[in-house]
Amino acid sequence: MTSRRSLLIAAGALALSVRPSVSDATPAQMQDAIRKVVGDAQIQRGKVKLDLPPLIDNGNVVALAVSVDSPMTPTDYVKAIHVFNEKNPQPNIISVYLGPRAGRASITSRIRLADSQTIIAIAQLSDGSFWQTSQDVVVTIAACAEEIS
Amino acid sequence: MARAVVTVPPKAKRGEIIEIRTLIGHTMETGFRHNNLGQLLPRDIITQFVCTYNGTEICRSDFFPAVSANPLFIFTTVATESGTLEFKWTGDNSFAHSMTAGIVVE
Repeated sequence: MTSRRSLLIAAGALALSVRPSVSDATPAQMQDAIRKVVGDAQIQRGKVKLDLPPLIDNGNVVALAVSVDSPMTPTDYVKAIHVFNEKNPQPNIISVYLGPRAGRASITSRIRLADSQTIIAIAQLSDGSFWQTSQDVVVTIAACAEEIS
Repeated sequence: MARAVVTVPPKAKRGEIIEIRTLIGHTMETGFRHNNLGQLLPRDIITQFVCTYNGTEICRSDFFPAVSANPLFIFTTVATESGTLEFKWTGDNSFAHSMTAGIVVE
C-alpha cells in the first residue's frame, strides 16, 4: 500500500530530478570559442599579462586585469584582447577592441566565475599574430550558485 | 534609467596617457539562473560598450554574461586634443545609455 508520505517523497525526488541543470562549458567548448576568434592562426605564449587573484572568495565579483606588452604605435599595436574560461556556462568572458590611440594595452573589469578553472587571455596584434597567457584560479563561492528566492 | 559614473581627468597634457574608468548600474542577468518556481530568468545584459573621442571610436568592448553586475570597465587613451568623450552602452531589451565627458588638453 502506498502511503501519502512515500508518495510525497517520490514526487519530491521526481521534482529534483527534472529540475533543469545549467550545463557548463567544457575545455573543448573553450577551444571552439578560441578557434572562432583566432581562426587557423598559431597562438604564441607570452606578451600578455593576466592579473587575477589566485584564490577567489566570491566568484560573483572577480577583479580582472589584462595588459599586453606593446609599444602601441600606429604600426605596432594591440588590436583586440579576448578573455575565455572553461567552466562557466559560456566560454566567453569579454572581448575588447583597441587601437593605437589607447596608448597602453591595459584593461580592467570585474567578472563572474562559476568554478575553479583556467582562464585564458588572448591578444591579437596589428601584424595578425596571436599571443596568449593562462592562469589557474581557485573559487570558493561560485557565481550562479544561489538561486533567487 | 540606468545610472553611470565615468571618471575622466578634466585636464591633461598633450600626448599624455589618461585612464578612463566607467561604471554603470545594471543587473547583468545571465540567463542561466532560475527563480523559485524553477523558471529560467531571461538574459538581460549589456552587450556592448563603445567610447568615442571627438567622434572617433577609441575603444569598443563586448560583454558576455560572465561580466559581473554593475559592469566596471577601465581603459586608457592618449589625450590628443580638447573635446568630448562619449560613452555608449547598449544591451538586451533595447537597453541604451550614453554619457559625455569633456577634457581640456594643453
